[in-house]
Amino acid sequence: MSGELLKAKPSIVTIGVEGFGETIRKAGFDSVHVDWKPPAGGNPELYSALLGLEDHYDEINDANAIAVQKIIEAQPVWIDVSPALETIPGFTKDTILHAGPPIEWNDMCGPMKGAVAGALIFEGKARTLEEAFAYAASGKPQFAPCHSLGAVGPMSGIISPSMPVIVVENKTAGNRAYSTFNNEKNRKALSFGAYDQDVQDYLAWQRDVMAPMLRKTVRKMGGVDLKSIMARALQMGDDGHNRHVAATSMLLRELLPTMARLAFPGDDLGELAALLLHNDWFFLNFSMAACKSSADAARGVPMSTMVTAMARNGVESGIRISGLGDRWFTAPAARVKGIMFPPFTDADANPDMGDSTITETCGLGAFAMAAAPAMVKLVGGSVSDAIGFTKSMADITLAKNKSFGIPYLDFDGTPTGIDIRKVVDLGIPPKINTGIAHKKPGFGIAGAGIAEIPMLCFTEALKAFKDSIPGVR
Amino acid sequence: MSVQLRVRKNCYQDSVKLMQISQIVKSSPGVQRAQAIMGTENNKATLLRGGFDASLMKGAGPSDILFIVDAVSDELANSALDRYFALLDENIAARDDKKTSVRTIKSAAASLAGANIAFISVPGEFAAYEAYKALRAGLNVHIFSDNVPIEDEIRLKELGRRLGLLVMGPDCGTAMIGGAPLGFTNAVAAGPIGIVGASGTGIQQVMVLVDRYGSGISHAIGLGGRDLSNKVGGMSAFMAIDMLEQDPSTSVIIVISKPPESLTGKKILERIRACGKPVVVAFLGGDPALLRGIGHAVENLEEAARMAVELAAKKPVPRQVDEIGSAALKPGAATRRSVRGLFTGGSLADEAQLILGTLLGKVMSNCTKDPALAVTGSEKLDGHAIIDMGDDEFTVGRPHPMIDPSYRAERLVKEWSDPGVAVILCDLVLGYGSHPSPATPLAEAVRQARSLHGDCVTVVASVCGTDRDPQVLSAQEAILRDAGILVLPTNAHAARVAGLIARRYAGRSKS
Repeated sequence: MSGELLKAKPSIVTIGVEGFGETIRKAGFDSVHVDWKPPAGGNPELYSALLGLEDHYDEINDANAIAVQKIIEAQPVWIDVSPALETIPGFTKDTILHAGPPIEWNDMCGPMKGAVAGALIFEGKARTLEEAFAYAASGKPQFAPCHSLGAVGPMSGIISPSMPVIVVENKTAGNRAYSTFNNEKNRKALSFGAYDQDVQDYLAWQRDVMAPMLRKTVRKMGGVDLKSIMARALQMGDDGHNRHVAATSMLLRELLPTMARLAFPGDDLGELAALLLHNDWFFLNFSMAACKSSADAARGVPMSTMVTAMARNGVESGIRISGLGDRWFTAPAARVKGIMFPPFTDADANPDMGDSTITETCGLGAFAMAAAPAMVKLVGGSVSDAIGFTKSMADITLAKNKSFGIPYLDFDGTPTGIDIRKVVDLGIPPKINTGIAHKKPGFGIAGAGIAEIPMLCFTEALKAFKDSIPGVR
Repeated sequence: MSVQLRVRKNCYQDSVKLMQISQIVKSSPGVQRAQAIMGTENNKATLLRGGFDASLMKGAGPSDILFIVDAVSDELANSALDRYFALLDENIAARDDKKTSVRTIKSAAASLAGANIAFISVPGEFAAYEAYKALRAGLNVHIFSDNVPIEDEIRLKELGRRLGLLVMGPDCGTAMIGGAPLGFTNAVAAGPIGIVGASGTGIQQVMVLVDRYGSGISHAIGLGGRDLSNKVGGMSAFMAIDMLEQDPSTSVIIVISKPPESLTGKKILERIRACGKPVVVAFLGGDPALLRGIGHAVENLEEAARMAVELAAKKPVPRQVDEIGSAALKPGAATRRSVRGLFTGGSLADEAQLILGTLLGKVMSNCTKDPALAVTGSEKLDGHAIIDMGDDEFTVGRPHPMIDPSYRAERLVKEWSDPGVAVILCDLVLGYGSHPSPATPLAEAVRQARSLHGDCVTVVASVCGTDRDPQVLSAQEAILRDAGILVLPTNAHAARVAGLIARRYAGRSKS
């Protein structure tokens, strides 16, 4: 085999000194120059890790192909609604799940503490903030990351035993994932750290009225295919993370015929319909559970460098890698750049928080920004910036998910399957779209914007990955 | 005097760009030295050796630019540094305006119809990694960068062979595929002669002469200087010969290299014997016995070009006679008898050393494998010597002398002041990628040296180039002649004439 090089007119990619490309173009040949920066910023340890992994390229590549395929071929279907305690394997009456990597009560940020307090009041363990804080500090509640039990929760991500959860089954792999219902009825939401009476009333309504209705409906329907809603929503201007106007509307449309036939009380049905009308984020938690069920199918593929979870607890951000089991690689959570809702200012913003970055883990959210031009205000830029976001994420991912086509990119698929090697090599951390919680308990949503998962998570993961390979150079 | 250093974090720029802005800053009032380099380990080590305070560079890495200015006062040094920053910002802004950037070889290849070659000129320590990615994106690879570990070269070439992709280099200065200039190349006519070369300026000299002798080049494939070692085993050479043998536009093949290591050399010669097309072989400095039985073996670059053209055109190419003009001899002290070669092209330096060696005996060099003849480029020279200014010891932290001929010019003045030096031999390499007028700084240096130290040295030069090159061969030669430099048509010719002049000087001092 001696190649085809001399048989075609040369077209040349140049990398390094730019002048060589100019010479090639002047001589009448096509050439594109790569804007090169030293791999891993030139850090010798990381660069040697990247080079060492090159010797295992085929194994890693094969493993990553399997892992990313698990995400791409996942078929998330919403199948049930049930209290967390009854349906999430491993959930006990003392379990309190939170967003992000593991964290102790004392180390939690303000809004997460507020949400824990709200949940403890909701569970009848406390009546006031003070009582709740004392109970939380007593050692009684068993705090654990949502991710440890196959669940995800937006912002603080708090899930307590009697909260109803969305049950999603990935029909391809057979695994299940769980999420609470969105409670962002107004800005004072539990997930953002609010715990007052309005929040309590709303949680009770969710538990007593909404959840039973939705449970009956979804069971009657035999499940709702979430992937097709998500795919269509991307073509209607959603990003799958921070904009759910289309998906929320489509969900309601899917449910309505069955709900009407089930003849729920008009007031209850009316209240639910009004909720979906006023809360554009209602679908977020469905999207998250769908993504969690997809990403979990890709866990534990030996030699895969693909990210299977990215999550933040408001103090730290963390990631998990397919080939490295359930180990977290953490770093201090980033500050979110974005717009603050008056009267709040940047000084009020809590650092990045929530499990909702499971959507970016599956190629949605900031990765699908080009699909959601209405979101560019968050980037503080133009539509072309949004397209730039999506294109830049393609440089750190393994594949395009053809199920999620982006109209403005000729229905090119969303960039899917974050590869820690590429993140570290190029120094491009994954971008995420996210809400901003007020840093104090009780205030709720303070803004929305763009953040990054800190590079340190990826560099630490890469080093650990290298060390996990016997005999690596 | 004030020496100041400033660091610009996280702002990678290539060495040529940094040299361009340095030249502007250097012209600022009171500035004696202006240097901008990336904070790679190699560059920092060079600065440390130059006596630089390590604490000033602390924390600077390969993504950070180090700006260094020597000026007559703190104030002028600082304003020069301000100028540096301003120029850099302008440069970055101009580039950002142009288009959205492509960050990876893979995405560049995806955006370029028919992409089939990656030309890699990143710093050597990072080149192998980019080359792996290029091969995996389905591209043939030309690694211009040097300082790539041989283990990586072997792995890359094995991977390339498995994928049916050619790996040229590392440390491959020159190639031309289907007329596309890769690296340092000359504007030559298209024609039936294909070149396989393990040396950059060797390929350039041959392609220029093929053009001058009335023929042309189909493809010139570079191998990198280590391809014909036993460790690498000529993997690229075999693939290149296969390709040219099958290529319908090639009728004669030239293989040029330093002598290959024995095992690989044997296999390559077997392959050449079995080739269906005539192959001209020049192993510079090789044992002639090795080439016994090879029909078209020659001794130097000039002969390689000549024989290939004769084979392709089926008619003889006339030879030029080595003549020394009487003007070449300068009045001077009887001690002046040594030849000093100051070269920008490595293969041209090798060729000159071989030719001078046969004429003059012992010729020292900083690029020889013979320990008895080895010198470093920085030590005080005695007797005949050839210095390759493109060697690593000169190029760490600055562009190759074919791009930045200033330090060769400075060296010329220094050699002239050596009372033992009678002849200075220089090469000039034109073409794409080279300095826009390498003759200018050389001519200026000769004038300066002459006015400082007297008209006591003969300067002999040859220009490797064509009239279609951007610098224009005839214009460059005219600049040299204007400065009183003896200009000869080829490097081999220039070396022979330099040797003959030195012999005559030696005769003069005897009498």
